[in-house]
Amino acid sequence: MIIELGHFFLALALSISIFQFLLPALGVKFNSYGMMRSASITAFISFILVFLSFLSLVYAYITSDFSVSLVAKNSHSLKPLIYKISGVWGNHEGSLLLWVLILTFYSAAVAILGRRLPLKLISLVLSCQGLIAVAFISFILFTSNPFIRLFFPNIEGEGFNPILQDFGLAIHPPFLYLGYVGLSVTFSFSIAALLIGKVDTIWVKWVRPWTLIAWVFLTVGIALGSWWAYRELGWGGWWFWDPVENASFMPWLAATALLHSSIVAEKRDTLKAWTILLAIIAFSFSLLGTFIVRSGVLISVHSFASDPSRGLYILLLLIFFTGGGLALFAKKAPYLKSGGLFKPLSREGALVINNIIFASAAATVLLGTLYPIFIDAINNSKVSVGPPYFEAVFIPLMVPAILLCAFSPMLSWKRAVIENIIERIIAVFICALFLASIIIIMNDGSASAFLGLFLGFWLICGTLYEFFIKVGIKLSFKIFIQRALNLPRSAYGMSVAHIGVAIFIIGVTVSSAWRIDIEKPIILGEKTIVKDIEITFKSIKRVTGPNWNADRGEFEIITSNRDKHFLYPERRFYPASQVNTSEPAIMSGIFSDLYIVLGESRDNSDSYALRIYYSPFISWIWFGILLMAIGGVLSLSDRKHRLGYDLKRV
Amino acid sequence: MNRAKIKRRKRLSILLLGFIAISTSGFLILSASRDSLIFFYSPTELMEKQDIAEKVIRIGGLVREKSIISKGQLKIEFIVEDGENHILVYYVGMLPDLFREGQGVICEGKMGKNGIFRANKILAKHDEKYMPPEVADALKKTGKWKGVEEKNDY
Repeated sequence: MIIELGHFFLALALSISIFQFLLPALGVKFNSYGMMRSASITAFISFILVFLSFLSLVYAYITSDFSVSLVAKNSHSLKPLIYKISGVWGNHEGSLLLWVLILTFYSAAVAILGRRLPLKLISLVLSCQGLIAVAFISFILFTSNPFIRLFFPNIEGEGFNPILQDFGLAIHPPFLYLGYVGLSVTFSFSIAALLIGKVDTIWVKWVRPWTLIAWVFLTVGIALGSWWAYRELGWGGWWFWDPVENASFMPWLAATALLHSSIVAEKRDTLKAWTILLAIIAFSFSLLGTFIVRSGVLISVHSFASDPSRGLYILLLLIFFTGGGLALFAKKAPYLKSGGLFKPLSREGALVINNIIFASAAATVLLGTLYPIFIDAINNSKVSVGPPYFEAVFIPLMVPAILLCAFSPMLSWKRAVIENIIERIIAVFICALFLASIIIIMNDGSASAFLGLFLGFWLICGTLYEFFIKVGIKLSFKIFIQRALNLPRSAYGMSVAHIGVAIFIIGVTVSSAWRIDIEKPIILGEKTIVKDIEITFKSIKRVTGPNWNADRGEFEIITSNRDKHFLYPERRFYPASQVNTSEPAIMSGIFSDLYIVLGESRDNSDSYALRIYYSPFISWIWFGILLMAIGGVLSLSDRKHRLGYDLKRV
Repeated sequence: MNRAKIKRRKRLSILLLGFIAISTSGFLILSASRDSLIFFYSPTELMEKQDIAEKVIRIGGLVREKSIISKGQLKIEFIVEDGENHILVYYVGMLPDLFREGQGVICEGKMGKNGIFRANKILAKHDEKYMPPEVADALKKTGKWKGVEEKNDY
């Protein structure tokens, strides 16, 4: 009964969304106050309906109602509660329902927080959101209905892919979708602005917080996915340039460009057309990402859902929203009024270069991701684009971006004078060169490691230097602290995010340059030494978990300063799905991770395959990404970025 | 057209040009360096290919029943087949969790002169119901495709 209610609510949400799309649009056309006002109400009702519908599916999972086809296929009564719940979005139908839930949530939030915005603008924004909701809800109802019952209910569920039983992955899709779908808000704002034909700095002020929110969630979502891949896949890697990873990375690159261009649009009233174009592109990348993951057109280590008819539907949606957005842009953009002019050497100029680089990076990732489809279409051969391509194009693009990032905040708006900052640049350069050289000489590093470290230090030194100058130098300690505390939070946000980038670069560089991989057979009781760390294979035991049993190895680790630890890698077997998995054991530290994977025993002897990774500084990668997200949150908490901030009171 | 408008249009076109220039160079890198492209062949397709020595390629098919031979010290040999032809694969290292007889597999490596494929990477998918799309295609080509189109969730 509850499932049927959920189904009904979703169908109802579709009709409400049609009203949410039509009424405010007609209201704007015929200048009807009531019709425009209705948008906030329909948006809110639509959210409540989708939420109830989603809850009913959650209920079916929690109670293990195996008469529901989706639950029977993807759940199992023995699964721990949290994975029963995360199982709701661990499949195609449920994850789309989550997508729509987040979409309607954002619409409702825009409706509530945007009360003070001009009625015409907010009506058009909600109308556009309504159209997206119509498209996706009908997609769910007509091609991927999660509420279908089985004629003969199953006694037990068919289980769940055990590799997905992980906390990081349980919360990865909601974060990623909050990011993806958050970009729909910026998209709708852009469409509304194009329709009205006016983009001013106030408009940018309203849009920027939404971009920031989407960007923060996207950043965290990608980090969670990569953290999961690192801990669970047993390859010790954290990024594989896999199509599904690229699908989330492209909108991130576009959103990052958008964040930076909207600074210029807000402060200097220029680059507005470009900002709008980026907003359209960023959301298109979100849709493309959904298409890539959901259609299975691309070969991926993730082995995701694949169904051509669903893929075709999303492809049509993608063409409709992207094509429609770009066509509207082409028609209306030339009429947007532009403001401040600037010289190439200025803060604006630096941000323009940042934008060119990020947009190009997104384009090259797009090219590498879609290339196999072209090749398949042209000469029917299967091909995959490997990491060498992505590394060859991506790294050279990012080097100038990082070089620029350290000193562009020191440049003044409109027209910068190079003489004013040249001394600072030299100081930062020497400092970074010195630090990177010391580390390279002491640890015998390669040229590419040197480049990575130099960039990391360059960005840290530059950002700190800029921060001190902004507060004021040659001040007494007390006044310095006082002035530092008075800085707007967005200033902190920028510095923290940039330092996060630097820490990320250092983590990537050090962990790849000084990583040690060992793969060898090991016999019970055998000792092996990796980089002053003694690893002894003590024992192997049979253990039982909630829905699996495992061979658990016990490894004694003695570090160079004689600390003793134990690691327990497992080879698990899930009877429900007849699947083996290996659970790596990781000793994680600030300066290094020791990562052990226990392999299969061959020839039924005491000899097991063993894989050991020693990765220095690898946790800095996620710490850096976390700092970027914290920077975003700090910026968001700045008074001027408050959502729906009443500008009349300024 | 006023000056500001011209200037703005110029600026937008500079932006777009820079963007196009860099993307084109990415395309050139991709088409020029064949190393970053890894082609996939089934054992049957491999028979017809001549120019693949010393190139990293992927092959895929089913692991033949009872063909896995352990040679000690993590060395292993097995046969990959697509129903018509087969190829012997040699690999040193740990095997993925879902590697087993009768299952679909993809091996990345180089073709040896002795006709043995030396794999340096074995890819088996996370889900045991899953058949790599290329392998499924290859099996369909040789008419040995038995399974229904499995849908994979996640």
